[in-house]
Amino acid sequence: MDLVAVSSNLLFVSFVSYLVATLFFGGAIKKSKTEKAYHNSKWGTIGLVITIIGFLAHLGYFFTRWAASGHAPLSNMFEFTTAFGMMLVGAFILLYIIYRTPSLGLFALPIAIIIISYATMFPREVTPLIPALQSKWLFIHVITTVIGESILAISAIAGLVFLVKNIDMTKKSKQRFWIEAVMYTLILVLGFVVTSTTFKVMNYEAEFTYIDKNQAPAEITYHVPPLFGMNEYEAMTPDAMTPWIEMPPIVNAQKLSSLVWAVAVGSVLYLLLRLIARKPIAAVFQPLAKKANSQLMDEIGYRSVLIGFPVFTLGALIFAMIWAHEAWSRFWGWDPKEVWALITWLFYAAFLHLRLSRGWEGEKSAWLAVIGFVIIMFNLIAVNLIIAGLHSYA
Amino acid sequence: MSNIKCQCGHENPYGTELCEKCGRPLSEKAKKSDIVDMRYEGSSRRSQTYKSSIVDKIWNFFSSVKIGVSIIVAVLAASAIGTIFPQKFYVPATTDAEYAEYYERLYGVVGKIYYQLGFYDMYNSWWFKVLIVMLATSIIIASIDRVVPLYKSLKKQRTRRHPSFMKRQRIYGEGDVENTEEALAKAEEKLKELRYNVKTENGAILAEKHRFSRWGPYVNHTGLIIFFAGVLLRGIPGFYVDEAMWLREGETRNIVGAPGYVLENRGFILENYTKDEAEEVFGEALDKVGSIVKTYQTDVTLYKEKEGALPGSDDLEKMQDYSIVVNKPLKFNGYNVFQMDYKLNELSTMTFHLVNKSTEKSLGEFTVDLSKPEKEYDLGNGSSVKMIGFYPDYDGVKDGEPYSKSPVPNNPAFIFQMKTPDKPEGERSFVAIRQTLEVEENDYAVKFASAETRNISGLTIRKDKTLYILLLGGLIFMIGVIQGSYWQHRRIWVQKDAEGHILVAAHTNKNWFSLRKDLDKVRESAVLPAYIDRQDPELDKQEQEGDEK
Repeated sequence: MDLVAVSSNLLFVSFVSYLVATLFFGGAIKKSKTEKAYHNSKWGTIGLVITIIGFLAHLGYFFTRWAASGHAPLSNMFEFTTAFGMMLVGAFILLYIIYRTPSLGLFALPIAIIIISYATMFPREVTPLIPALQSKWLFIHVITTVIGESILAISAIAGLVFLVKNIDMTKKSKQRFWIEAVMYTLILVLGFVVTSTTFKVMNYEAEFTYIDKNQAPAEITYHVPPLFGMNEYEAMTPDAMTPWIEMPPIVNAQKLSSLVWAVAVGSVLYLLLRLIARKPIAAVFQPLAKKANSQLMDEIGYRSVLIGFPVFTLGALIFAMIWAHEAWSRFWGWDPKEVWALITWLFYAAFLHLRLSRGWEGEKSAWLAVIGFVIIMFNLIAVNLIIAGLHSYA
Repeated sequence: MSNIKCQCGHENPYGTELCEKCGRPLSEKAKKSDIVDMRYEGSSRRSQTYKSSIVDKIWNFFSSVKIGVSIIVAVLAASAIGTIFPQKFYVPATTDAEYAEYYERLYGVVGKIYYQLGFYDMYNSWWFKVLIVMLATSIIIASIDRVVPLYKSLKKQRTRRHPSFMKRQRIYGEGDVENTEEALAKAEEKLKELRYNVKTENGAILAEKHRFSRWGPYVNHTGLIIFFAGVLLRGIPGFYVDEAMWLREGETRNIVGAPGYVLENRGFILENYTKDEAEEVFGEALDKVGSIVKTYQTDVTLYKEKEGALPGSDDLEKMQDYSIVVNKPLKFNGYNVFQMDYKLNELSTMTFHLVNKSTEKSLGEFTVDLSKPEKEYDLGNGSSVKMIGFYPDYDGVKDGEPYSKSPVPNNPAFIFQMKTPDKPEGERSFVAIRQTLEVEENDYAVKFASAETRNISGLTIRKDKTLYILLLGGLIFMIGVIQGSYWQHRRIWVQKDAEGHILVAAHTNKNWFSLRKDLDKVRESAVLPAYIDRQDPELDKQEQEGDEK
């Protein structure tokens, strides 16, 4: 077995460990009656041990892949997103050791699992580095950014626990609508995973030629049935479906088709779950959050912003500027990815100021943490895939 | 405005909410509240005290955190809008009309509006700069407004605080214990063990930890201001050089923006990954994508003009040989030369034959160096070719004359005057690639024989004296933000009041759970009354009692 294969297997081990650990954290909450017992639950400890095993396997994936390719595996969407999932678990372990709260694990691990599944939908082969990425800063800049972002993400998870626990799911309200919207979005990601996997298993491919936005001819391969056609498309695969509608040149109809498939399948999934549960999905999870202490969740949320913000600044702004100066001759160029890193930073700066001086604690703070996570995800997904720039390495 | 004298005898500046020394509430607002506002220790801040003059109003505007956050959000929103469509510098256009056309063609009406509102050059717009200046002003004023009174207050605080201060703390407990002296002694010992800085004053304890973390925000704000100052300096000539040049293989030229330095291009290399290197690992990726670039490299030699030499003379002193690749610029004397771009296979020379059209016999050949074409090429035997016109980037005829759209030899064309022993007065011929035009039927023709090409390196030259200022700003910011985030300022007060009750109060600027953990540890060794956290209704008092067993 070569190193690349070892590496993939280790990733699988970590994936399974996180699944199992989630169950134990669930057990820790179910079995404990008082908060004190819940803090010192044996189930929780076992959950933690399994999580750490998973995390070590995940690190093993990272370093074996590094050994195989000769560069830090942080150079494309699969590698970056996997590392994000890994560091999210790492950040969770850190905060679990400080505060010992199984309910945090019960929400953090499933989200890490969703993120890793999402990562595996991207091309997984080991790619050699283009000249711009051949630098020691690839590892230094990207890993610091990933660590910063994942610690910040923990604050969103603590915020989510806070909100799921405290929002009254029996009455119609704005809060109830939005927390359900968060749940729906998470299910859409699952929808994406389900569609991509299904068509991959079916080995679906449809090739087209089209005219790109610089008015040059180009080719594209769809991996899902083409609902939307590229600008002036012509089919090269004979039995592929005919797209419903042709899109203008600035729209990547291939990605749009994948997105619409994901949303459609995700929505069906959501409706099925609603039919089975007969209540909002957030209400299904509410009992799991009930035993969490709101004040504690608020503090974990705040603490993780405090820990993550300096790390993020260092990685996503300072190291980024140093490397940008080495590689592109300027430390700042208003590339969309750079701008969105700045936006993320400004957002958390606003978060801290609102909290310190305007007393935005509890629910407001929890919502802000969730929005911060949305911005991080936007920078990871939308800026890479939709807004083209220097950082489009997917 | 007069000072306020507290009952304890301390003179407080006008506007103070809580006595700097004993903590007694002084203002009506503080007296009425259940939990006193401990931000900035209830000290007298200029912005909260003076509100009448225009200077006060400007000061108060910028010192408000609400305004500060609003500015942050405005910068955030503007930055986000600027990423909707590509910015000006990423668009392949040069004139305003071309920009307008580009945005409208690709993005329709929305693109047109985006262009017209100036969003296509967002980050250079005057109002974006105004926002940044407002942000900097807010950072400076808001920090000064807070740091000075906070510093004074924390410096003057007394160990024994007035019960009215203790009772208004978020964490508070009071009660009687059997042996107050022993309880106080044990508490003092435990607090020292927890690495608190402990002060005592007949029956009162003040334990304090990590006060320095309170200065974190002001340190990081200083770093930001230094950073902004660095960015401002870039506008001053000499601080900042940003030039670009194209250097052909074999060419030696003065470096644009770096007077006195000369660079020779000894060759440009573009290399792709091959499967031989690592078939096993990269094979799959290479099959999928086709080819992946491994290196862009320009081999250069750097020269310096000798001192006293005339500019442009050949009196050069060799400094070094270097291979510039992406991520490894050539560095000398504060300058950086980066590998940024390239063009492959530009025509460098063209060789022609002068032939007799009827016999197809060559009268000799000549080579035109396209970067330095000569006026006349002597072929010997009484034949010569004179170059009357040279059009390096021929693009048809305009106003009756051949027209060159650029000085780059993409599509060279020539007008030759051919002199031969038969036709000493000469014949004219227009020669372009795959095309020969004659005014009247000629006996002789210039025929293309061969061409040589070379590559061109696109280099960027930078000198930036502000980098170290920016780096310093960044470093100070990091120190400040870590100082403020990774430590908390905690204080625990334990004291015996006049009636012999024990009062316990605690305060931290953040992370109250961790503070409570500390307090619980103290209560494990010293018998102290139970406390309440007034902002955590879920904290179960019973459990607190039970924790000890």
